[in-house]
Amino acid sequence: MEFKEKKKTREGFGRALEELGEKNPNVVVLVGDLAESTMVHFFAKKFPERFFNMGVAEQNMTNVAAGLSLTGKISFFSTYGAFAACRNLDHVRITICYSNLNVKIGGAHGGISVGPDGATHQAMEEFAIMRSLPNMKLIVPCDFWEAKKATLKAAEIWGPFYIRFGREDVPLITDEARPFVFGKADMHRDGKDLTIIACGVMVAEALSAADILSSQGISARVLNMHTLKPIDKDAITKAAQETGAIVTAEEHQINGGLGSAVSQVVAENHPVPMEYVAVMDRFGMSGKPDELMKVFGIKDVNIVEKALKVIKRKKQGC
Amino acid sequence: MLEISQEKEVRKNPFGYDIDQLKEAALRIRRDIITMLPDAGSGHTGGPLSATDFGTALFFNEMVYDPKNPKWPDRDMWFFSFGHVTPVHYSLLAEAGFFPKRDLLKFRKLDGHLQGHPSCQDTPGVEVSGGSLGQGLSIAVGAALGSRIDKHPRRVYCLMSDGEQQEGSTWEAVMSAAHFKVDNLCGLIDFNNAQIDGKVENIMGIEPLYDKYKAFGWHAIDIDGHNYKQILDALAEARTVKGKPTVILCRTYMGKGVSFMEDDYRWHGKPPKKEEAEKALIELGTTYEEWYQHLLNH
Repeated sequence: MEFKEKKKTREGFGRALEELGEKNPNVVVLVGDLAESTMVHFFAKKFPERFFNMGVAEQNMTNVAAGLSLTGKISFFSTYGAFAACRNLDHVRITICYSNLNVKIGGAHGGISVGPDGATHQAMEEFAIMRSLPNMKLIVPCDFWEAKKATLKAAEIWGPFYIRFGREDVPLITDEARPFVFGKADMHRDGKDLTIIACGVMVAEALSAADILSSQGISARVLNMHTLKPIDKDAITKAAQETGAIVTAEEHQINGGLGSAVSQVVAENHPVPMEYVAVMDRFGMSGKPDELMKVFGIKDVNIVEKALKVIKRKKQGC
Repeated sequence: MLEISQEKEVRKNPFGYDIDQLKEAALRIRRDIITMLPDAGSGHTGGPLSATDFGTALFFNEMVYDPKNPKWPDRDMWFFSFGHVTPVHYSLLAEAGFFPKRDLLKFRKLDGHLQGHPSCQDTPGVEVSGGSLGQGLSIAVGAALGSRIDKHPRRVYCLMSDGEQQEGSTWEAVMSAAHFKVDNLCGLIDFNNAQIDGKVENIMGIEPLYDKYKAFGWHAIDIDGHNYKQILDALAEARTVKGKPTVILCRTYMGKGVSFMEDDYRWHGKPPKKEEAEKALIELGTTYEEWYQHLLNH
């Protein structure tokens, strides 16, 4: 599938904050010396009195955001996912999640989209980390529009949120009008032979894989699981019941991410064969994002390969 | 945005104790601390006793709050960054009337609401959950900034240990407080020079702490943390400082008030056994049985 228009998910975040700034005087934004990278500079320019550049001090930023929320603010803070989810974990876990504060984390440059920077800056563990924290909600938008809607939604719902954004331009596979329902999977394509459940940039790959499968006479359902926590158990169970085979696809480590979350629901409600497209328990490396996706085996062709395998297993009854 | 009262006289400490009354309250707090710990079977003794005097001054002379309405929008905010001193934190809250004193006897127990480390979801008067060291000052900076955005007259107090000055994140917070010039923020450090493994100066020295805060752009005051005149003067001075946050280094003794605990780091992280508590409470002018009954009846 060819997508002509491309845009950055982080821009969706930045534009949503700008809009929130207009709508709600209680929205405050913090950043760790990455205002343009995280695109919070749109907000900073218009609302300097509610914007705080915290410098290269992510731990402090996390808890300052928490303190602001105690005075009735809706705090958004942003930095690269590698720092927002990993360096900060103790602070996110105890102050924000245990206290259940109204703090929203924008994890920019998630996954391998920060390609040439290499393994240190390629966050591929945030899903696992954030899913494990009580009170935390996790959204992984697939494109600009979804990122914008997810950010606006996070401001509406009380409590801690983590939203993952990428660095690169990614295909616009939704549009302004398409509804975004928090906690509900978005079915982009129906099918009967298997279901591909994907999130983030992998939704576009899943749609492309579905095209390839279709040319081979295989009908694939594609679910965009933008909300990883709370996960849409109904959509997953229905997919297992109606298509009998599932492939998950994520730009994240195999352990603890989307695949793990879906497996848990499938095992509990309607066990069917499953296959996984993810980063297989290894660190990243420098390279162009698209090259890296091939190296890590998370392209549309890899989804196709796993789809054919899972269908074979389904037919064999294993 | 929070509703802010226009009536200035509303913003005052609900007790307004003088020094004699503060000393009497502190004695009750120390008795509470010793009495709640043997039954808990775990918990910290030394730090709570060293923080009792400046804690009492804050709660019964300095801070603005309403114990019957813990989320009163007009309130000052306080953060016990060294979460483990819950025995003094909870005793102060109970003495102030946030909850009955008998609750202290359920400290660290399944059927109580007083967690080992403070939990805002469980305990009235606890603003935020915490206990992992080096986090409270950042939270206080955020609360100070939020109050400033709202032009709220609130003051924000952050109580810290000397040990947590070893946390790198503490210094991120120190730097940011000065950068943002949050003069509505006052830090108090319980400088008892003792931590779990020994004397602070032997484990990981933090001196010259006064000079460090000054170098980071804070107003710093060095006091005897058991001298009420000095404590109240320092708090008053902090209120007058403009354009920078204030830190009060409270030089204290771990285990203050009980002779066999005083200045002994081994009392950092253990509770007294019942017989030790009996001995301590006699020094504090009561008996274990008497004070236990006192707590039950309040």
